[in-house]
Order: sequence, then structure tokens, then C-alpha cells
Amino acid sequence: MARNKSQTSQEMLQGTLDMLILRTLVLGPAHGHTITHVIERTSDDVLQVEQGSLYPALHRLEDRGWLTSYWGSSENNRKAKFYKLTPAGRKQLAAETNRWQERVAAIARVLCVRPE
Amino acid sequence: MSLRRFFRRTSHDTELKREIESYLDHEIDDNLARGMSQQEARRQAHLKFGSPVRVREELWQANTVEFLDHLRRNLRYSSRALLRAPGFALVCVLVMALGIGATTALFTVVHSVLLKPLPFKDPPRLIRLYEHSADEKFPYNESAAGVYAEWKKQSTGFSDLAILARGFEYGLSGTGGEFPEKVRASECSWDLFPTLGVAPALGRSFTASDDQPSADATVLLSWGLWKRRFGGDPSILNQPIHLDEKSYTIIGVMPAWFAYPGPGVQVWTPIQHEESSKRWQELDNHMFAVVGRLKPGIRETAAQAELTLITRGLHDQHLDNPFISKAANSRPLLEDIVGDYKTPLYVLLAATGCLLLIGCLNVASLLVARGTARRKELAIRAALGGSRWRLLGEHLTESFLLSAAGGMAGLILANAAIQWFVATRQDMNRVEAIHIDAPVVAFAVGLTFLCALFAGFMSSLSIKGNQILSSLQESSRSHSAGHSQVQVRKWLLALEVGLTVVLLIGAGLLLKSYERLRSSNLGCITDNVLTMHLNLPNAKYSQPVQRLSFFETLLARMRALPGVQFAGITTTAPGEDYGGDNGFLIQEHPPLPQGTMQFAIHRWVDPSYFEALGIPFLRGQSFDQNQRLDKANQVIISSSFARQYFGDEDPIGKHLLTLGERPYQIVGVVGDTRHEIAKPAQPMMYFPFYSGTESGGTLAVRASRDVTSLALPIQQIVQELDSELPVSDILTMDQIIGKSTLDASFNASLVLAFAVLSLLLAAVGLFGVLSYIVSQRTTEIGVRIAIGAQRSQVLALMLADGLRPASIGLLLGLAGGVAASKMIGSLLYAVEPLDVSVFTAVAIIIFLVASLACLLPAWRASRLDPIQALRIE
Repeated sequence: MARNKSQTSQEMLQGTLDMLILRTLVLGPAHGHTITHVIERTSDDVLQVEQGSLYPALHRLEDRGWLTSYWGSSENNRKAKFYKLTPAGRKQLAAETNRWQERVAAIARVLCVRPE
Repeated sequence: MSLRRFFRRTSHDTELKREIESYLDHEIDDNLARGMSQQEARRQAHLKFGSPVRVREELWQANTVEFLDHLRRNLRYSSRALLRAPGFALVCVLVMALGIGATTALFTVVHSVLLKPLPFKDPPRLIRLYEHSADEKFPYNESAAGVYAEWKKQSTGFSDLAILARGFEYGLSGTGGEFPEKVRASECSWDLFPTLGVAPALGRSFTASDDQPSADATVLLSWGLWKRRFGGDPSILNQPIHLDEKSYTIIGVMPAWFAYPGPGVQVWTPIQHEESSKRWQELDNHMFAVVGRLKPGIRETAAQAELTLITRGLHDQHLDNPFISKAANSRPLLEDIVGDYKTPLYVLLAATGCLLLIGCLNVASLLVARGTARRKELAIRAALGGSRWRLLGEHLTESFLLSAAGGMAGLILANAAIQWFVATRQDMNRVEAIHIDAPVVAFAVGLTFLCALFAGFMSSLSIKGNQILSSLQESSRSHSAGHSQVQVRKWLLALEVGLTVVLLIGAGLLLKSYERLRSSNLGCITDNVLTMHLNLPNAKYSQPVQRLSFFETLLARMRALPGVQFAGITTTAPGEDYGGDNGFLIQEHPPLPQGTMQFAIHRWVDPSYFEALGIPFLRGQSFDQNQRLDKANQVIISSSFARQYFGDEDPIGKHLLTLGERPYQIVGVVGDTRHEIAKPAQPMMYFPFYSGTESGGTLAVRASRDVTSLALPIQQIVQELDSELPVSDILTMDQIIGKSTLDASFNASLVLAFAVLSLLLAAVGLFGVLSYIVSQRTTEIGVRIAIGAQRSQVLALMLADGLRPASIGLLLGLAGGVAASKMIGSLLYAVEPLDVSVFTAVAIIIFLVASLACLLPAWRASRLDPIQALRIE
């Protein structure tokens, strides 16, 4: 089936994409294509990864020392650049996840308050 | 982080390209797996991805440090632009190199001589001590050995106190066929080297046991003497050499960089071994220099006060001797060694600074001229959105490149200049310390940076971002172009001329001062007079009769030489040195009140000396022939002596009593001679040389012409009389004066050279500016001529336009010159700082040169063909 951009897809905030990439890599190293697929599939295509933002994000994360990269062979036996989570990256992921959850909870509280 | 990314942008980009390709390959594989055709798979994959180029561009931009990127682009662009205009670039680089090179060279000298600490241990604690003479005339007087001994015994402020004598020479005998030579020497106490914190490079230093009258004679050699005369042979240690025909054992060699008390000192001997015990105990014979090292925590003023107390005590114990000082004085050792050079060196540094500034102004002006050629381009770029800072940045890059090239060339120039300086001024203290080191290089780099900023900034004053429209409209006939650029260049020129005027005034004053100094009357004939130094060593000529016989024979033989008109001998010739003084009393006058002193410079001369040097007799006559050995009882006084101590009285027949000796009868009064060309004549008294008490001095011989050809024959006579006797310092009187005016002539010549260079630069600058003005106003001039202006009127118009900034510059320069001349006041001799003739001469020179420089462009302007002019778009 052809893939269409979902009507409800939103542009992802830069910080959110970083967090999602880190999360994806918790399960092990992966290359760009796989990361995109995992995020899209796991979110049931709600979140669409813009290619224009994926690579800058990956390079940014690598620069900050949360990822390391190496060239390796992919499942299809093609050369691909794999990204791996570093211990610092794991810590960052935990911190960001916490912050996200706090934010979500706060928004939820505001949304649940019945107007007087 | 970002810097690393920036420098590896290309490799990052290549990797990204591969990554994107790999991504696309994976996506295509996926699509193929979903059942699309090859083409469709590709297409869908590319569609999904979007533009790889855009992704790459974004990442490239993210990796870029804006500033560095601009810098790199500017550098490439500017260097290409400069290479396309090699003439302009070369001129700018040369001008910068000249300015930076001269300033760096002089800074090296100032830094090495004046600012660098002495190469001894803990130099700030080293102090030079003086006696303060009782009559206030000599506040920084040399010390007497007896006083030093008391200082050493009683003072508590110094951890070490050493004494030394300087300014004399030994005759170093030749061994194995070498010629005897005179070596400059210094006697010192054994603890001088520990006081300074210096150890010999070879062998050992003096010990207290060497510094005794009864010790075996020992000597330390300088590195230079050891290398030159003894071939650098280490086995020379513990070998004997003959100084003044006495045997001394070499115990050590000093390091190559050691040159205390001055340049050219080649041997050191222990002072108590050399000086008589009588001299060692004298309290009033000020012959020695005292150096001390302060104890930690003691301040110089406190130590000096303590020494003053001790000195005062000595004075009060011997109130009948007015020559014993009342107080002590002190100065840091560095200041003692180089204090005299402070003003001249700083003046020279300021002059090079002026030259550098003029160079920068010149380069700025040239940059402006270049900028105007690109005005349209800049206007378009500004219109397209280029920020003013961007354009400024490019401008600055050009001036940076020029400065950098100029700076490097300047360093090379500075190195050459320093070699020349060191070779010319071997007389300067600490000249051995002059060389380029890290602070100098840092200074040169900083200077280059400043010059680039200055030149770039000055020339960018003419870039106005809001003149886009007018720049683009410049082909219009109603509009004379480039007004702001012209203004800037005119102001730059005015400043240049101003600085040139300041330099010219300085040069003029220094030149006039040097000329006055040089032509000062020493009081004797200086044409065709040859002098040389000769000293009979005590070991061989211990008896006065031996000395008398030697010199009588020598002078007789000298007079017999063909070409010799007169010959004579004196202990110190005019213009050479102070040569010592002695106290005296006039027998026929009432006794002096206790504590007052009378003293005069003393000399010993042979009877024909005055005739030889053409010193006139004002009264009386010279010594008669029986003034020999202990029969010598006559004295001749100088005219200022007679005036000061006898007034209108006739001094002939009166008697002088010198301290501790018999009376001498005054038989003649001679004209004054100066002991130093820059100082007024002091009272002098002349004693008979044939008393045999003096062991030598300066031989003087006068010939009708070509006196230097007599040098060799005279030396041969000396060799015949005594083959081991060296003759030294063979100089004509003119050369003696030259040596003593070396400092003044050096300063004057350098400043003059700078002034001439800057005059040249200013003239060329003026020429350039006016040519530029003419080219900008071509249309206007064409219109003027077309509607009836005379050629002469156009000429006058252009001349005025060119001379106006020059005149403003002249006024600025004259004002600056007043301030500058006050600064060099202490260097001037017999010349007032505000010398009207110098200022007027400079104004006239500037006016003439400016007019000449403006003449050609103005003349060309007046010769313009109006039709051609109006056709220029």
C-alpha cells in the first residue's frame, strides 16, 4: 500500500525527535533508515520523520557525545552508518523522558480541570 | 567542538552523502520488497526522502562557524585582489616593512639595554654606591678605598659589598713572537663576582687569599681575549702571562656574555694586590666604584642612610680634610650602567614611532585610493544586502595581509639594522646584550596587528553605506565624485605632513646641536695633531730617572722625524677625559676656613707641550730646562684658574701648595682647554712631566700635513727603545673629538634619516592625493575651462587644493614640534629647544617640497583639453 503522509502528522519538535532517537537506540545500535522506520511504525504512522531533520539530529546527538557511530553491514548486506547509545546518552534519555512525562502530566492536569 | 567540525566539513559532507545513499538503497530495497518496480521503487524512495542536497546544505551550514568561514573567504579574495595589483601591494609592503622594521629594531635596543634586568643573580638587589662630595658639586662621586673599608666594616644592610677600579690598561706582553698590546682592565675585590652572582666559565674566581698584597699575582681573562689571543685553549689555565712586565697566573676565564664594568674590559685583577696600601687607606682619593647587594628585606634608602651615617662619622673625625665626603648616595646598578642612554634611546624610539605612523597613514591613503576604484562594486553589493560590517571585514583583511607581509619583511630588516647598530655603537654599555628575543617578536607581531587595524580603519572611514545611490550615479556630469574619499585622504595627508614636520624639527635641532658641539673650541690646535697612549710599566721603570731618560729620548727622536713640527707629552690630552684633580692652597693667600676646599684638574706636561698643541701663553713662559726629577718646583696654571683664584692679581711668582707636597712656583698662565668638549673649561694646573713621577700619558705630535703617516715611524721608535712596550689609541685630535661626539652625531644622523624618509613619503603621498583629486575633478575642470577659466587660474586652483592639507599639516606639525623639542631638550648642546631658525627652515622646506609635489598634477590639470575632459564618463 502506498504510503501517504498522514493528515494528522505534525512537525516534530526538535527536542522530541532527539528523545525518540535515543529511545529507539536503547534496544541496540541501528542505522538511519531503521530508526526512521521504528519511530514511524511504533507510532502507527502518526509521527513522520522528516529526512531534513533526521540527519541534523543524528549529527547533533553525536557531537554532544550521546551517540557514537561506526560503519557496518546492514540486514540487507549493505554498508550503513550505525549509531550506538553511549552511557551519557542513556543518562540523557532518562532525564529527558522524565521531563517529558512531567510536562505531559502537567498538561493533562490543566486539561482535566473543569472550567468554573 | 564546532571548530573541529568546521575544519572537517568536507569529510563530514562526504560521509553524509554515503549515508544518504545507503538510506536510499535501504528504502529502495523495502519498496522492492513491497512489490514495486525498480523505477517506481526508486521514485518513491526519492519522493519520501526529499532533497538530499538540501539536507547536505543544512548540515554544511550547521557545521560552519560563520566567522571563520568569512575569514577564509576574505583572505582568499583579498590575496587574489592584491596579487592582481602587485605594484600597489609591493609599495604598501615596503612602506610597512620600513616602519615596522625600524621601530622593532629600536625597541630591541631599548628592551635589551634599558629594560631587561642585568644578567646577574637577583639583579634588583644590586646597588651602585657613591660618595656625595662635601661641596655638593659631585653628588655621585667615586668612592675612596678607606671609606669603602669603613662601609664594609660597619654597615649591616648589605650581604656583599665589593669595590673595583676601572678605566685603565695593562700592557700585555707578547709571548712567542706576538705583538704586545694594551688590554683594558679592571681591578676588583675578590668578592665582586660573588656579589654579582657570577662564576667563571672556566677555572675559578678570586678568593680572599688572592686579594692580598703578598699573594701571588692572579688574573681572570675575558672570553673574548681568551678566544682571540689564546686560541680558546683550555690548557691556558694556571699559565703565566705578563701584564706590565709582571707575571700573572691565569686562574679563570669569564663567560662570553659577562661585560662588567663595561664593554671591552678584558682582564680582572685583585685590587688589594694591585693598589698600594697607602692608596687602600686613603679617605679622600675618590677613584673606585663600589657595588653592593642588599640583604633581603632591606630597602635601598635605608641602606644608603646607614652608609651616609658612617661617612659622616669619618668626615667629622677628620674635619681638617675637606675632601672627605659627608654623605653617601646610591642608585640601582642597572641605572648606573645605562642611565645615560635613557633619553637618547627613547627619543630615537619616538622618532621610529613617527616614521611608522607616517607609513601607516601612507598605506591607509593608498587603500582609500584603491577602494574608490571599487566603489561601484561595493555600492552594488551594499544594495544587494551586504552589511557594512561585511564590507569592512574585507577591507580590514586586505590591510591585515599587507601588514603581515610588511611585518615579516620588517623583522628581517630589523635584524639587519640591529647588526649595524651593534657594530657602530660598540661604546654603548650593555651593547653585548642586544639581540632579538621572544618579547621583541611579540612586539613586532603586536605592532603589525595594530598597524593593520589602524590602516584598515582609517581607510574605511571613507566607506559610507548610505552612499549607494550617489556612487551608482557617478557618471553624471553634475556630480563630482568620491567626495568623502578625498576628504579622508586630505586629512591623512595633513597628519602625515604634521608628523614629518615634527621629525624634521627634531632632526634640525639635533643637527644644529651636533654641529655646535663639533665646532666647539677645545682650546688647542686640532688640525694635523696625532696622539697615542704610552705607559711605562712599573716593574721595569721603577725609578723616576729611568722614566725621564726614556721620554726625553723618545721626544727628541720624534722631533727629529721628517715632517714633525712639534712634539710633546701630557698625562691627559684635551677632550679625552677628566684626568683627575687635586686639592691645593695658595701660599701667599690667607688660610682657608676649615672644611672649605680648593681643587683643580692636574696635568703633567713636558716644556714643549703647549707649543705642540698651540695652547697660547697669556703670561709668563713654559718650564725651564732644569725642571727635572726632584728639582721640579714650577707649575703653570690655566687662565680660568688665574681668574677664579687670583682675580686681577698677577699669579706669576706666587706659590701653590698641593696636599702633602712642597710648594710649586707659578711661572706661566696658559689659555683654557676643555677636558670634555661638551663641558666648559675647568681650572687646570700643569706640573713638570720631567719630575719623573708619572709613568706615561698621551704623546702629541703636530705636523704640517698628513700627520697619520707619522704613526708607524713613531711606533718604530718606541719599539727600538723598548721592544715590549705597546702603544695604544693612536688617534688624531679630530678622531678624539669624533669619539666624544659619537653619541650626538649618531642620534642626529638617525633622526635626520627618518625625517628625510618621511619627507619622501609625504611628498609622494601629496603627489598621489593631488593626482587623484585632479582625476576626480576632471569633468569639473573641463567645464571650467570650457566656460572661460584661464589655465593659470586652474593651476592656482589645483595648487591651492593640494597645498591646503599640507599647510594644515605644517601648522599641526609646528605645534607638535614645540612639544617634541621640549622632550629632547636634554640632548641639545648650546641650542634652545624653540630655535627660530630651525623652525623657519623646516617650514620653508615643507612649503617647497609640497609645492614641487603638487606642481606636476596641477600643471597637468591646467593642460586638460576640455573636450576630452567632458567626454569622460
